[in-house]
Amino acid sequence: MEDLLSQARQEPLWNTNRNIVVGLTALSLFLVVFPLFGPGPFYLHLMIMIFMYAVMSQSWNVIAGLSGQISLGHGAFFGIGAYASSYLYVQYAVSPWLGILAGMFFAAIIAIAIGIPMLRLSGHYFAIATLLIGISIQVIFQRWEMVGAASGLWIPLTEESSWTALQFHDSKMPYYYVFLGFFVVTYLLVWRLSSSKIGFRLRAVRDDPQAASSLGIDISKYKIIAYAISAVIMAPMGSLFAQYILIVDPERMFNLEISIMVLLMTVLGGIGNIWGPLLGVAILIPLSEYTRIYFGGTGSAVDLILYGLILMLICVFRPDGLISLFPKRWLEREKQR
Amino acid sequence: MTFEIILQAIVSGLMMGLIYALIAAGLSLIFGLMNIVNFAHGEHLMLSMFSSFWLWQLLGLDPLFSIPITIVLMAFCGVLTHYLLIRYILKAKMLIQICATFGLSIFIRALAQFLWTPDFRSVNQPLLEGRIEIAGLFIGQPQLFASGVCLLAFALLYLFVSKTETGLALQATAQDREAAEILGIPSNRMFALGWAIGLGCVGVAGGMMTNYFFIFTDVGVNFALFAFVAVALGGFGSIIGCLYAGIIIGLVESLGGLLIDPSFKLLYVFAIYLLIVIYKPQGLFGRY
Repeated sequence: MEDLLSQARQEPLWNTNRNIVVGLTALSLFLVVFPLFGPGPFYLHLMIMIFMYAVMSQSWNVIAGLSGQISLGHGAFFGIGAYASSYLYVQYAVSPWLGILAGMFFAAIIAIAIGIPMLRLSGHYFAIATLLIGISIQVIFQRWEMVGAASGLWIPLTEESSWTALQFHDSKMPYYYVFLGFFVVTYLLVWRLSSSKIGFRLRAVRDDPQAASSLGIDISKYKIIAYAISAVIMAPMGSLFAQYILIVDPERMFNLEISIMVLLMTVLGGIGNIWGPLLGVAILIPLSEYTRIYFGGTGSAVDLILYGLILMLICVFRPDGLISLFPKRWLEREKQR
Repeated sequence: MTFEIILQAIVSGLMMGLIYALIAAGLSLIFGLMNIVNFAHGEHLMLSMFSSFWLWQLLGLDPLFSIPITIVLMAFCGVLTHYLLIRYILKAKMLIQICATFGLSIFIRALAQFLWTPDFRSVNQPLLEGRIEIAGLFIGQPQLFASGVCLLAFALLYLFVSKTETGLALQATAQDREAAEILGIPSNRMFALGWAIGLGCVGVAGGMMTNYFFIFTDVGVNFALFAFVAVALGGFGSIIGCLYAGIIIGLVESLGGLLIDPSFKLLYVFAIYLLIVIYKPQGLFGRY
């Protein structure tokens, strides 16, 4: 009993640990002033990708790390977000800001619609089902004439950079701050979530479904909540990415690689730990951008070879992720007095 | 739409279904044995097709004759997979097991794309080609041959697992690893054997499909998905269940494509999966 208790205390939540507070303050100050040093567009792009994937991996972490369900088709929600905001903008000139909200709404609805029948499944069955769903949604969007079928949607360019249309043509700096904002808000919210009642119940469901259910926790309800939250986190990134590259097509937005990346980054960093995804992203995004520079586009697949290899190595040697390499006292809460 | 067209669709669905069934049997065997789903199954199928293709391209060996070589190569690949990767994750959490075989699938597919480019290839003028007419139905010769071999492979697999001593040892390990070890059955070697047979099945299927399919690096993706569905439909770990399930999937795919819309074939099969796992999670012929 004592064992379990101390184990539970060690679980890295938010904490009053001074190292982390100091580290985070320094990091956020650095991130806010970073563009003012005038880094080139490449470094701004790199940081934008890091923010984007950090949020996406955190989304995957919520469903896999907190509630223990593996989703192999999580890119679907990314694409849904992208299509929702872009379609509203292209057809009805709705500001992408509202489009983002619409995307989150649709993602939540779809997650709940999928979740109600599927989250009763466990383990392998759910993983396979999500793989099938990811591919099915791509197939549907490839054939769906209303949203441009296989050629997708082009977002019409505004004449000048505009905050309402969320398009910036002269500099990547505004994009940087928009992505940074979403990144910070998401991490704060997930931290709140993980130490909230829902968070604890989710973890109980993950670790011992039977015990959780005997304590009166409605297992499938909480799994669905986690799935919907995870989808809601994912969707805005799709919308923002669509605004960033200004084109939406099924090949790009529902690419299986998105689902692979978020899984890989989270597992690499440390699954079930709020900092895990960030660590994984900070390692993999620079790696992927540099391999792209040295080996050309993704056609040669060198980056994917590396990802596959890394994923297997992590699973064999460090199933808790690289975050477990850090000394425990950095991460755990200070001793209760 | 005439009766003949529907009959034709049924026959081709049946023949495709047998291939799905054999691929699924390999998956099911591995799953039943060690409770690990091989998410790289489609990539193993792709490898077996490439093995058969290169034997033809480089050595001029017709895919018909290279099937035994492909089987041996794939069985070896299975043993290798077990000893290099699976052995280390046997006791890991399920989440890690899924990620590991998923990583293997990414790795194999990307490596194949890197080595052989994503081009589509095919075997020119294999020994078996063209089609024959039976009672007004046109049946591709390689497909017909493949169906026969699939049935034979199923019969052999069934006999092996249920009648030979090694097969019984395999079943014992599947049922209770520790009890089997106490009786002197080395579980690690049984697992390796399971992988060898599982991928051997894929080798048979891939070797025959080389005759009438394009060979490219993503070829396995859809087959693996259908195999997952077939395994769930037939009941995890049931070999005969796989046979029926594969046939059902082949028929649904071909009839759905004919009667509704061919571009949504995947969705029909997916719908079956959902119905099955929700209403009859033990599968149609499951043991559990």
